[in-house]
Amino acid sequence: MERFDVIVIGAGVVGSAVARELSRYQLKIGVLEKELDVACGNSSRNTGMLHAGFTYKPGSLKAECAVEGNKEFDQVAAELGVPFRRTGKLVVGFTDQDRENILKYKAIGETNGVEGMRMIGKEEIAAIDPNAGGEFAMYVPSSGILDPMQYTIALAENACRNGAVFRFGQRVTGITRNAVENIYTVETDTDRFEAKWLINCAGMYASQISAMLGYPDYPVKGFKGEYYVLDKKAGAYLSIPVYPAPNEKGGFSTHATPTIDGNVLVGPDSYLTDGLEDYKVTKEHMDGLFADGRKMFKQMKREYFIRNFAGIRWKRYDPETGEILEFKLEADEEHPNTVNLVGIESPGVTCALPLARRAAAKLVEKEHPEKNPDFDPVRPVRKRFYEMNHEERKKAIAENPWYGEIVCRCETVTRAEILAAIHNPLGVHTVTGIKNRTRATMGRCQGGYCETRITEMIEEELGIRPEEVRYSKKDSYMFTGNVRDAR
Amino acid sequence: MLRTFTCIMCPQGCDITAELAESGKEKQRDGSGNGPVIQTVSGNRCRRGLEYVTQEIENPMRNIATSVLVDGGELPLASVRLTRPIPKCRIFDVMEEIKKVRRTAPVREGQVVIADVLGLGSDVIITKTVEKQSRLEEE
Amino acid sequence: MREGYEKEGCGMQKADVVIIGGGPAGLAAAIALYKKGVTDIRILEREKKLGGILRQCIHDGFGLTRFGETLSGPEYASRFVRQAEELAIPYMTDTTVLEIEPAAGDMPLHRVYASSAAEGFVEIQAKAVILAMGCRERTRGAISIPGTRPAGVYTAGVAQAYMNLKNKMVGKEVVILGSGDIGMIMARRMTLEGAHVLGVFEIQPYASGLPRNIEQCLNDYQIPLHLSHSVTEIKGVDRLESVVISQVDEKLAPIPGTEKEYPCDTLILSVGLIPENELTWMAGAKQDEGTKGAAVDEYFQTTVPGIFAAGNVLHVHDLVDFVSMEAESLAEGAARYVKEGSLPECRLPVTGDEMVGQLVPERISGQSDVTISFRVRRPLKGCAVEIRQGADVIVKRKLPKALPAEMIQITLKAEQLNDRENLEVKVVC
Repeated sequence: MERFDVIVIGAGVVGSAVARELSRYQLKIGVLEKELDVACGNSSRNTGMLHAGFTYKPGSLKAECAVEGNKEFDQVAAELGVPFRRTGKLVVGFTDQDRENILKYKAIGETNGVEGMRMIGKEEIAAIDPNAGGEFAMYVPSSGILDPMQYTIALAENACRNGAVFRFGQRVTGITRNAVENIYTVETDTDRFEAKWLINCAGMYASQISAMLGYPDYPVKGFKGEYYVLDKKAGAYLSIPVYPAPNEKGGFSTHATPTIDGNVLVGPDSYLTDGLEDYKVTKEHMDGLFADGRKMFKQMKREYFIRNFAGIRWKRYDPETGEILEFKLEADEEHPNTVNLVGIESPGVTCALPLARRAAAKLVEKEHPEKNPDFDPVRPVRKRFYEMNHEERKKAIAENPWYGEIVCRCETVTRAEILAAIHNPLGVHTVTGIKNRTRATMGRCQGGYCETRITEMIEEELGIRPEEVRYSKKDSYMFTGNVRDAR
Repeated sequence: MLRTFTCIMCPQGCDITAELAESGKEKQRDGSGNGPVIQTVSGNRCRRGLEYVTQEIENPMRNIATSVLVDGGELPLASVRLTRPIPKCRIFDVMEEIKKVRRTAPVREGQVVIADVLGLGSDVIITKTVEKQSRLEEE
Repeated sequence: MREGYEKEGCGMQKADVVIIGGGPAGLAAAIALYKKGVTDIRILEREKKLGGILRQCIHDGFGLTRFGETLSGPEYASRFVRQAEELAIPYMTDTTVLEIEPAAGDMPLHRVYASSAAEGFVEIQAKAVILAMGCRERTRGAISIPGTRPAGVYTAGVAQAYMNLKNKMVGKEVVILGSGDIGMIMARRMTLEGAHVLGVFEIQPYASGLPRNIEQCLNDYQIPLHLSHSVTEIKGVDRLESVVISQVDEKLAPIPGTEKEYPCDTLILSVGLIPENELTWMAGAKQDEGTKGAAVDEYFQTTVPGIFAAGNVLHVHDLVDFVSMEAESLAEGAARYVKEGSLPECRLPVTGDEMVGQLVPERISGQSDVTISFRVRRPLKGCAVEIRQGADVIVKRKLPKALPAEMIQITLKAEQLNDRENLEVKVVC
């Protein structure tokens, strides 16, 4: 049984951010995650937008955190080595109704403290991106794009570097409190952990954990959206996120967004689901995305299809009125030494660090822990081989010959980078984990060339058998054994 | 009786129709004995089509390709094939024999790993040279 | 890595010809070039060994056209590898080409940049570049199969590499989507190794692979082939648990009510091949919309002078024999280019009607012998193909039976052609 000062439940972007903020103090921090890696849920299943904050209700925690998270992100990205670009965003309109809706949200944005938004005409739209449609637009300079997976990995690795401990494959099944000893016991499907403090960052399972902690089992509704990922070839046609005018409720229909890696995401659409992890993609919605996506983005062609995925925004709602409620962050004396975060959905990536600071503050205010003298906010990253120029490539290979061996052709990922990913600080060993750390297998051939090499490297580096290799989840074995058994 | 065949002798894959007459004698399970007798054959673009149909009626023959285990090689397996086709009904028997083979690198293309497998008159030969794993790679 | 060539400066080399890819196309081109007197060649191969994809194609059936005997893939490849070694043609393995910079005004040579653990970052300047990178497989994402994303979904070529090169068994209860040749060959391969193949499902009303493979890979092992069927859902969270198969109508849309669920742990996709042309586009060559490969003239020269393409990188072939033979004819033009500095202009477009696909070349001179390759777009019986220039029918050939799986080649003699009118390929039924 492991004992911590504080246990964070869930290693999504919020849990990882909380762990990182707590690691500024001298605390023994444990993060329990049911999957084999960070960001396996909706932290990575989104558009990768750094939102500006012009659609959220003024005065809400969501609006406050979004604006705060947006403003600080250049520094955060630089510290943590997160691929990020402040692209700005165009919200384009055609009709008077569109203009009315856009202006409504411009006003909200201004109340929330979003800076620099302005209405522009056709000419300026064309100057910003000749492929963007629209008669007029709101230009939002502070919006940006980032890699949410890399961001979560960066937060977790930085937390880990500063002393936090990540335990994967630990699904929390029960929580009990010993009031006399002032200690919580957390049961998982395989182990048992103890801690004085518990912080619920369980994402779609947050209501369940909330109930285990004695808080309400908050009702949540799942708004699922599907996406298409398009080839980098399509990315050449889109330099800035172009959104259609929002509807009255601030919702956007299907749109195209460039990713930080040069692909294009088309989606999400939006429909309700009951399945907490209902990430399947459906023909109906793929067809819908194809039809709607083509209206917004002319390069929505079948030959550019690489992959589909789905994500779910679990929003809290009022069962009486049906009204959608905002983020919940609570800590009270009825539930001592706990912080409860529920209904953290979009823009959770933008809000992760601001929420984490608020969560950590609850503990700090009460416990007054010493500062961690070794805390280093910086996560050093090496420039990717893909991004290097000729001279840098020569130098990299001269220093480490494995930079000369290209494992993933589509994304130009080298053996040196795969090896570094296999030996990542969090100890993640799944094929998907390697993929998310390096982009290997994420290109147009989807691993046709490199997957056989990556699985072989995982086996060699970790000294495991083929049947022990995992694709992504606990039982996601890739091989049933050897064709000819040498054992 | 008319029977159709897809010839496998070359990639053309001719659709061949053969008119067959009963010989009166049952064909045996091991492939011996007489099956039906060919009266006419049509649809084949070359002589080998007739050979194929004849063989299919008398005793269908096939080649197989698989792999054998190699120790200490640059690859864990070496591919193998048969030097001559074997009766189709013996394919899985021959597979079992091949599965028992284990060689140490190097193995060379053309090397016989089982001579006259199960007395069927066909050898199992290596089709891909597998060199010893170089010391550099072992490190 | 072979000895036998001088390094110039730091990682910079010069050669008459750089060949990208040491598979059947690249090797055949190299050998043919050498025999024509162009000996200053570099073959760059990203794998550890020469031979390309054939090294994992351990089944037999290769070489009947080229060598008059039937060989396994590795044996077919080694015939070319041995020849290249006997001729001491320099090659670099474990070397991936990252970039081609085409010749420009002040830079008369093409520049090829490659990366290798042994040699570092390499630049080779060459008069001519031959693209022989082959093709890749279409994936689940490319065909948008609905459902979850468990482990156990493999393309046929990946499954083949795991089984035949890496000694790893990918599954036990197998469904195969797509009746491409590799899919059918993997159906047999997995059956031989003890897996149970539930069936091969093909969305089209006809098989996309060769009839002989239906016979010897499926029928021989009682593996059913279901035409006009497709996978409409993938189920399973960790590992594949089942697939839902539906019948499709003539527009290839699933027919509601025909869904049937097949429990399985493995789904193999054999749903088509795509020429691997990222470097081609980087070099500035124009794409042919029909083949998705480079648009080439009768010398297999792309729209960038001195850059040539042949084999599966140009258009997907059904037989490796034709890949080698195409690369050998490419060598004629490439050798002439190296010696003379240019090739005769090819101004006459080659076009096909709606029944003609995968047409190569895209343009001809009308002054030389030329071989036209194409495929029919759907199975045909009792039709004919006509090749015309203007009102003249140059060639009319009967097609008693034509399948999209089979490439058709027709050679035209210089004396049959004029150098004024476009060439048209028509199917008449």
